[in-house]
Amino acid sequence: MSTTVDTLHHEEHHDHKPSGITRWLFTTNHKDIGTLYLWFSFLMFLIGGSMAMVIRAELFQPGLQLVEPHFFNQMTTVHGLVMIFGAVMPAFTGLANWLVPMMIGAPDMALPRMNNWSFWILPFAFIILLSSLFMEGGGPAMGWTFYAPLSTTYSNDSTALFVFSVHIMGISSIMGAINVIVTIMNLRAPGMTYMKMPMFVWTWFITAFLLIAVMPVLAGAVTMVLTDKYFGTSFFDASGGGDPVMFQHIFWFFGHPEVYIMILPSFGIISAIIPTFTRKKLFGYSSMVYATASIAILSFLVWAHHMFTTGMPVVAELFFMYCTMLIAVPTGVKIFNWVATMWRGAMSFETPMLFALAFVILFTIGGFSGLMLAITPVDFQYHDTYFVVAHFHYVLVTGAIFSVMAAVYYWLPKWTGHMYDETLAKFHFWASVISVNVLFFPMHFVGLAGMPRRIPDYSVQFADINQIVSIGGFAFGLSQLIFLWVVIKCARGGEKAAAKPWEGAEGLEWTIPSPAPYHTFEKPPKIEG
Amino acid sequence: MAENSKYYVPASSPWPIMGAIGLGLIAFGAGHTVLDVTKNTDGYGSNILTAGILVILVMLFGWFRDQINESMSGKFNQQLGRSYRQGMSWFIFSEVMFFAAFFGALFYARNVAVPWLAGASNNAMTHSVLWPEFVAQWPLVETPGGTTTEAMGWYGLPAINTVLLLLSSVTCHMAHIALENNRRGRLKLFLGATILLGGGFLFLQGSEYIHAYQELGLTLQSGVYGNTFFLLTGFHGMHVTLGTLMLIIMFLRIMKGHFTPQSHFAFQATSWYWHFVDVVWVCLFVFVYVL
Amino acid sequence: MLALPALAVMPAVADDTVRLNLREGVTEISQRVYDLHMTIFYICCVIGVIVFGTMFWSMFRHRKSKGRTPAKFHESIRVEVLWTIIPFLILAGMAYPATTTLIHMENTDDADVTVQVTASQWKWHYKYFDHDVEYYSLLATPDQQIHNKLPKGENYLLEVDRPLVVPTGKKIRFLITSDDVIHSWWVPDFAVKKDANPGFINEAWTIVDKPGIYRGQCAELCGNNHGFMPVVVIAKEPAEYEKWITNMEVKQRKAREREQELLSMEMSKDELMKMGEKVYNGICAACHQPNGQGVQGVFPALAGSPVTTGKDSITKHIDTVVHGVKGTAMQAFGTQLSMQELAAVITYERNAWGNDTGDLVQAADVNKVMNP
Ligand code: HEA
Ligand code: HEA
Ligand code: CUA
Ligand SMILES: [Cu+2]
Repeated sequence: MSTTVDTLHHEEHHDHKPSGITRWLFTTNHKDIGTLYLWFSFLMFLIGGSMAMVIRAELFQPGLQLVEPHFFNQMTTVHGLVMIFGAVMPAFTGLANWLVPMMIGAPDMALPRMNNWSFWILPFAFIILLSSLFMEGGGPAMGWTFYAPLSTTYSNDSTALFVFSVHIMGISSIMGAINVIVTIMNLRAPGMTYMKMPMFVWTWFITAFLLIAVMPVLAGAVTMVLTDKYFGTSFFDASGGGDPVMFQHIFWFFGHPEVYIMILPSFGIISAIIPTFTRKKLFGYSSMVYATASIAILSFLVWAHHMFTTGMPVVAELFFMYCTMLIAVPTGVKIFNWVATMWRGAMSFETPMLFALAFVILFTIGGFSGLMLAITPVDFQYHDTYFVVAHFHYVLVTGAIFSVMAAVYYWLPKWTGHMYDETLAKFHFWASVISVNVLFFPMHFVGLAGMPRRIPDYSVQFADINQIVSIGGFAFGLSQLIFLWVVIKCARGGEKAAAKPWEGAEGLEWTIPSPAPYHTFEKPPKIEG
Repeated sequence: MAENSKYYVPASSPWPIMGAIGLGLIAFGAGHTVLDVTKNTDGYGSNILTAGILVILVMLFGWFRDQINESMSGKFNQQLGRSYRQGMSWFIFSEVMFFAAFFGALFYARNVAVPWLAGASNNAMTHSVLWPEFVAQWPLVETPGGTTTEAMGWYGLPAINTVLLLLSSVTCHMAHIALENNRRGRLKLFLGATILLGGGFLFLQGSEYIHAYQELGLTLQSGVYGNTFFLLTGFHGMHVTLGTLMLIIMFLRIMKGHFTPQSHFAFQATSWYWHFVDVVWVCLFVFVYVL
Repeated sequence: MLALPALAVMPAVADDTVRLNLREGVTEISQRVYDLHMTIFYICCVIGVIVFGTMFWSMFRHRKSKGRTPAKFHESIRVEVLWTIIPFLILAGMAYPATTTLIHMENTDDADVTVQVTASQWKWHYKYFDHDVEYYSLLATPDQQIHNKLPKGENYLLEVDRPLVVPTGKKIRFLITSDDVIHSWWVPDFAVKKDANPGFINEAWTIVDKPGIYRGQCAELCGNNHGFMPVVVIAKEPAEYEKWITNMEVKQRKAREREQELLSMEMSKDELMKMGEKVYNGICAACHQPNGQGVQGVFPALAGSPVTTGKDSITKHIDTVVHGVKGTAMQAFGTQLSMQELAAVITYERNAWGNDTGDLVQAADVNKVMNP
């Protein structure tokens, strides 16, 4: 068939991009859409981060200084929602858009128009969510987990908007995930067999399955919240034969796979970067693939580890404890494989590598605290304290967010055609890695000492540590402005990047010029071997 | 994979962002409609919702027109057809998971929440202190709070509906075979029959709801039995409605001479959707009505 | 990187002034939990040292700037199997003590004392099963300390007006439930944390070894004042406990009798206003605010509202306070306050903040609505 790129785009030759605002509004180009996703995600990171700054400022000292408890709860809730659904997930989808087609030798995503649709839903979803903060009575204040009946009978009117905003976010993620799966299944260049795909493609492939499986469940959960609150159903109300804990089961059936949705693509990124800068092939490629798949499968069997204190029968507690502990095995395989990749390599330490190394260490620390949380009798002590907050910020901030930053530095030359400013970037790395530990490490201590999460005020014994944490928080926040600066600077100019700026890099994306032409692989490349 | 040697990448298009605006308006409008309705205030909610739906309709029309033109002018290839088919299957899978959430709620309420309220498992004290009068039963015709209702039997309308829907799946499949064999007359006949059966199902489902509300006192408010009953059958009904509309559009397109035995993705997708809706009903019939 | 040394010193700095580690607590269970915690923690440390150590070794020795050429290996079934099996065995080793401890913790049989703990926004209610004793327990920290107008006390936010009292050395069973949203009853020194789910009862138990005052907090987000609902438990020697509980029983019976007498008595406006203000600021102000303005869209204002100022709204007003408003955060206070207090707070609400209706509500009026 000859109905190809050339005939349809005959007025927009290879590097002649459509111009003006409509380029971005109407685009079907995976690179444009990837860029949109990434900038959107960064904007959300700033917004969610600003809310975290409000939280840290209020917690700087005991007592209520800046905000009222109701507003504090809104900040906590929306911070969590914005960071998860606005910052991390879109960042990964943006990376998938940019990279998956280039890595498998495809000209674009399989369903380019739907791709554009998936992206543009997001701004509307978040406008609705964020604008609800300005409603009479304020925005959602029931935690990002919106447990019933706090989110039903006892919530404010923003709940209706929250519910529908989550619905369309879900539609966006599902369409994005379908696109990734179909692209990978259908558009691989000849010779690109499944077991030759780069790890990033593999991890996203599996992530996309998780997304399609659990986002609809979240949609179901918010729907039941809506009918319980407004239409008199009693799914989560014992007097009607329901159960508030049922909400938690449904939510966490989504919620736990969701946290792996936020880490599996990171594993892919790290598996690309470490071999490049050790100049050695990734150790144990196939066991990496199997480990990723095992994590995904296990993720459906562990959800109730968030609910150990809800009073489940002891058999259920044991089952979920064992399954949760098991996840440490495949995750360990990944960590060990990375270390083995480094072993007897020839390492160099450019910024992407620094972030990747920090990821391996700090994510592992987050994983250790996760494992501690999995031990049910001890979780009774940890649950809903800052120990949990420390755990998930280690896996999310120094895990997911660090991996995104590593990815941005790593592929920025390919995207912009320029090298970023290495000195500034290193400065960003060191500022971030030091401040992030000042920010999150002491949270373990206050958590163990007994400070509950989601409180705007605390008893005086926790004062010193909270002060340190807040200072780390402000420093980490400010450090991200350096990141913004490096990226803008790189987009606007700088040293020209070669097609393959990293000596040890492998993969199809490095066979095309930098910056990557608007259309790549119109004719599929040959994969040899 | 010879057909992979060329790809089809559509040019930029205004429809997707229109779809995004439409969904944004629907979400915002639906949220405010819910508030307006339940607080008895008059706001702009329903207007915004309607505007959103209109935008979506225009979008769908424009998008599908482009799509159909592309398809009719032979711009598609097998590889794209595969992408569409796989996309559709994954979409249906996501729908399955959406229903799974409500089935999950049904099983949990029935096998966990209700027995626990009556003292099962580690909840003996729940029963003796909080709900001493409560007896576990399913259908839950009397809730712990004391709301009573009557159960919906499976015989009668639901059984007839099952037959209708199963039959419609068969006719839909026959229509598909007719299309593949290029027997347009049979195709129209069976497709028309499918649409009628779908419409009949919806009509009976409507009467069943009236029966439930007026005679059985089974309402959306009558405890978790009514909740799961109405949400499951309600969402299913919405899917049947959507499926019927899709079938009608297929019918119109067939009247205009669209589709060939080789290339008929839209028709195939519709028929898959219809079978999916049918399978959901069978599960519903078993778990909501019979058991 | 910074974290490792910090991890290592963690247990060392765990003393009483700067608490950085889990509490050992005062029960056998809490001690077992603490030991389990330290065990997993040390295991993680060891694994961490091995993994990070290997990494750092590579980073220092196998670097390009030292002229290294990369090795070629990228697979070894043997080590991969090994590092699948060894972690599995370590985990199995952890799971065993965890399982036995958990089973022990969840066994609430053969209790000596049973207390029903009912949470509501934002207070705890304790009811002793074998004695006619029940009461609410509320935050006692003054608002001025929270708003930084007074220096904060030693037990800032961890003090209540009426603590739960339990005997030492006895198995105490808690039946935990809630009247509104989910809360969680937590005393770190007992290693007891159980969610209070509305409509369901969860069970937990403890045997306290040492007499003393033990403090904890609500551990599940439950709305605005989630940070302000502490738990305080006093453990007394059994003899002292017996004395306390019989004393309480007598006191509560007398209070109920006096309530009946008071029904026939009239209080003056000043008395009502003074008492009403105290009750209002202690309970109602959390939502409706000290100035009666409420929080827009969440908690209705009482200043100038039709219920508090309307001509014939007294009965409606009493009914609202006594029975609450279903489906909203407004609880039924009829069970929490004495009729006298109810009368006083309603009078206060009808006359404060410029409401100035001049209406007086007496305990007898409240009684008419409560026991028609
Ligand atoms: C990216 C996100 C992410 C990731 C990857 C993880 C990973 C893990 N999480 Fe985490 N978790 C969250 C995000 C994440 N979590 C969030 C957001 C919450 C809170 C939600 C909320 O309430 O708001 C949470 C809460 C949470 C809880 C509930 C705590 C509570 O509320 O009481 C638990 C309990 O089991 C838990 C466990 C785990 C475990 C066992 C892992 C494992 O996957 C970790 C596995 C990794 C390792 C173990 C390290 C590497 C392994 C080795 C080096 C091998 C050898 C090791 C051993 C044998 C020990 N997590
Ligand atoms: C990927 C997800 C993610 C990320 C990246 C973060 C990032 C941060 N989070 Fe987190 N957080 C969550 C996910 C995340 N969080 C979740 C899910 C919860 C649970 C919510 C709930 O309980 O419901 C939570 C809860 C949570 C709490 C607990 C709140 C509570 O229990 O009451 C705290 C408290 O310190 C906190 C702090 C921070 C900080 C300081 C950052 C920092 O890393 C942010 C740094 C970024 C910036 C600051 C923005 C960039 C800089 C500027 C805009 C310049 C201006 C800067 C200054 C003025 C200094 N978060
Ligand atoms: Cu009660 Cu938190
Ligand atoms: Cu989890």
